[in-house]
Amino acid sequence: MKKTKLMVSLILVSSLLFTACGTKDNSENNANSGASKDKGSVYVYNWGEYIDPDVITQFEKETGIEVIYNDFQTNEEMYPLIEKKAVQYDVVCPSDYMIQKMAEHDLLAEINYDNVPNIKNIDPVYLKKAEIFDPGNKYSVPYCWGTVGILYNKTMVDEPIDSWEAIFDEKYNDNILMMDSIRDAYMISLISLGYDQNTTDEAQIEEATEKLKKQHPLVQAYVVDQVRDKMINEEAALGVIYSGEAIYTQRENEDLVYVVPKEGSNVWIDGWVIPKNCQNKENAEAWINFMCREDIALKNFEYITYSTPNKAARELIEDEDIRNSTIAFPGDETLNRCKSFTYLGDEVDALYMNKWLEVKN
Amino acid sequence: MSNNLTKEPPQDEAVVTLIKPARKRISGKSLLSFPYTLWMGAFIIIPLIMIVYYGITADDGGFTLANIKLISEPIYQKALWLSLKLSFISTIICLLIAYPLALILKGMKLKSNSFIVLIMILPMWMNFMLRTIAWLNILERNGIINTVLKALNLPRINVINTPTAIVIGMVYNFLPFMILPIYNSLAKIDDDVINAARDLGANNLTTLRKIIFPLSLPGVISGITMVFVPSLTTFVISNVLGGSKINLIGNLIEQKFQQENNWNAGSGLSLVLMIFILISMTVIAKYDKEGDSTNVW
Amino acid sequence: MVKKIGKYFYIGLVALFLYAPILVLIVLSFNSSRSRSKWGGFTLDWYKKLFQNQEIMQALYTTLIIAFLSALIATIIGTLASIGINNMKKVPRTIMIGITNIPMLNADIVTGLSLMILFVALKMNLGFQTVLISHITFNIPYVILSVMPRLRQTNRNTYEAALDLGASPIRAFFKVVMPDIRPGILSGFLLAFTMSLDDFIITHFTRGTVVNTLSTKIYGQIRKSISPEWYALSTLLFLSVLILLIIINRRNDKIQKERA
Repeated sequence: MKKTKLMVSLILVSSLLFTACGTKDNSENNANSGASKDKGSVYVYNWGEYIDPDVITQFEKETGIEVIYNDFQTNEEMYPLIEKKAVQYDVVCPSDYMIQKMAEHDLLAEINYDNVPNIKNIDPVYLKKAEIFDPGNKYSVPYCWGTVGILYNKTMVDEPIDSWEAIFDEKYNDNILMMDSIRDAYMISLISLGYDQNTTDEAQIEEATEKLKKQHPLVQAYVVDQVRDKMINEEAALGVIYSGEAIYTQRENEDLVYVVPKEGSNVWIDGWVIPKNCQNKENAEAWINFMCREDIALKNFEYITYSTPNKAARELIEDEDIRNSTIAFPGDETLNRCKSFTYLGDEVDALYMNKWLEVKN
Repeated sequence: MSNNLTKEPPQDEAVVTLIKPARKRISGKSLLSFPYTLWMGAFIIIPLIMIVYYGITADDGGFTLANIKLISEPIYQKALWLSLKLSFISTIICLLIAYPLALILKGMKLKSNSFIVLIMILPMWMNFMLRTIAWLNILERNGIINTVLKALNLPRINVINTPTAIVIGMVYNFLPFMILPIYNSLAKIDDDVINAARDLGANNLTTLRKIIFPLSLPGVISGITMVFVPSLTTFVISNVLGGSKINLIGNLIEQKFQQENNWNAGSGLSLVLMIFILISMTVIAKYDKEGDSTNVW
Repeated sequence: MVKKIGKYFYIGLVALFLYAPILVLIVLSFNSSRSRSKWGGFTLDWYKKLFQNQEIMQALYTTLIIAFLSALIATIIGTLASIGINNMKKVPRTIMIGITNIPMLNADIVTGLSLMILFVALKMNLGFQTVLISHITFNIPYVILSVMPRLRQTNRNTYEAALDLGASPIRAFFKVVMPDIRPGILSGFLLAFTMSLDDFIITHFTRGTVVNTLSTKIYGQIRKSISPEWYALSTLLFLSVLILLIIINRRNDKIQKERA
């Protein structure tokens, strides 16, 4: 019995020690957000690795609003939490088609642009593009945009890659990292078959499913954010990746090349939206406004290397190579090949999900 | 920590009924379990009822068996079958590793909680996730094993993202849960019994087969439960070591809830899973008369 | 002799299997290169970074607080329940014990999901409180499991005698019953504490997104990239458990020697 007693006291002491450390950290946190208490907080739900952490600290300091920040991996993973109202977020950053879905399911609140004067920094070109999924820009403010393409390691492939067919090629068995995101995976398969990426035609979806099933044995792993580390560490020769990650990975490993395949691809816009059940709408708008500030957008761009729709920020980029990078800011010949996703309705959504399960089994 | 080694408490049922204390006192004390009854009602029974409700209703609230019948579709059948297969293999491997080990440890006539026994179960106290990451590092394409093989000019092995990797992960994570109960039940066997068998002319093998193994059965059974059920229902190990390429039944349930937002289908599959657990439990309960060997402290 | 070597060899082999992965984590925690396959030289940087990493420290803090609180509350509810159940008649007692077994035998994934469904239905925000409630729920059975056997061993007559001698039931309980079952309560608490520390699945489903314990934090991290700070954390966790066990073991040895 004595020994058990000893053990309890040991564990207690150690946990109390840790607790002490923890509380200290906490109090520092609070100190950071200083005079904030009455300003309340803002709950932010964003993609993983999609912001410069300094920006969050800076926001807290400047506005006195405490930020509770969490991240998700795919639109599909984010949606149920918002729909079931399991967590009350104030501001979320979904992609185009998901914004449309959320708006159609009446989950979004209209943004009061009086509180977002920095919207003037956003290039009207992107606001117009956003109208495809958000008519009148009622619910969303563009945050980042980009394309989907192939990242390959030029020392590990025989010839330059320029086609989606490469990731269906048996030659690269076990050397392919496929995107673990339904719409993106289907986009690739559909486009390589010559179909539209927003198709609702069951036969076409079925055909795309068959193609993805055939690809399954060749795939080393289905990943989203992990693709970055795996490509840098040369775990695979080819990986499907969002354009924003490409610049970062190239910095870490010079052998990596990003290409938007010739058949075409997806161009996406992620935007900030405010869920209807938010608790601090004004703080959410303050957050969105802050994200649109040119210096902040620039800071984010330099950290996450995802293309910014912020015109003012782009002009501030010092490194000419980056400012004119065709990866970060692809020219028209690339963009003309690319299309955006639209929301296809719940039924087709469910069909895609079911088929995707089939693929991965 | 040696509590698990204490003998099964005497069942004083008879004594209790003989000296039945005054009624009043009984009811007073029974009330002490009231908070617990309330808690369990709210957080065990009601949630289970809710999952059953979701499992047998459709989106619009009407009764349906479609969610449960999902399991007859090839995708789900395949996942369930694979889960059963991998967890069965893992359980057998754990048993094959753990039983000889427990026998050897018993043969060393250690003190009940000797250091060497603790060493064997110590990894259990490491965070489950960290243990799994370790294997990711070892098995990856440019991981530890392949780096060593490359240095020796040997061909690379491809284990990560295969069922083998998942089995390794299961065995590694759950092996201590097999070792401990088996060792405990072996340690309880009186040496005199074994010696008696030998004196009566039984050789080592016969003693093992006729005496030691039957007496250690409760430990074996409880070890099997503690490895089989978590392996059958895991989605983490398959996710991390399987590269999202291999879906076990746990993965499908998780996806139903967390990606497809289809709680009805997810609940239906959970019900199927529960039925399978229930079946294995009834089989196991037939053997497990003691049931206290789950106590690891 | 050969046989003996064989036995030690086998133990060594199993130990190697059990400890090689841990060793890998320890070695990597001192590797200055971020890459797993390259050795970039010895460094303690990751340890420094670990303590500066607010997110990891916050997760550690949450993990410990939840483990401690859930174990404590589960111990109180569980001990009271054990006493109550022990005094029940056979039928209600069997039912209660049956219910107690549910969370232990059921799959974690089902327990976690069913709790999530309940919380969402109650319109509770998933977060710290829901994780705590869930941990208490799966911890109580472990406490009951540890306390019940002790309780059965206690002699009812002494308690009755105390009452007959004029002690109040509460006093009689603390003076007579409590000392007997205290080891059971303590080991129940510890068991609950460890179970809570190690849990991933139930936390995963009931945490929503706002709260992170170590397990859920690592899971999120695996899907992005694991930074070597985590290896440093594993090393520290492993060492503290190891040291704890060595101390306990030495102490046991001492006690046993004194007895001998």
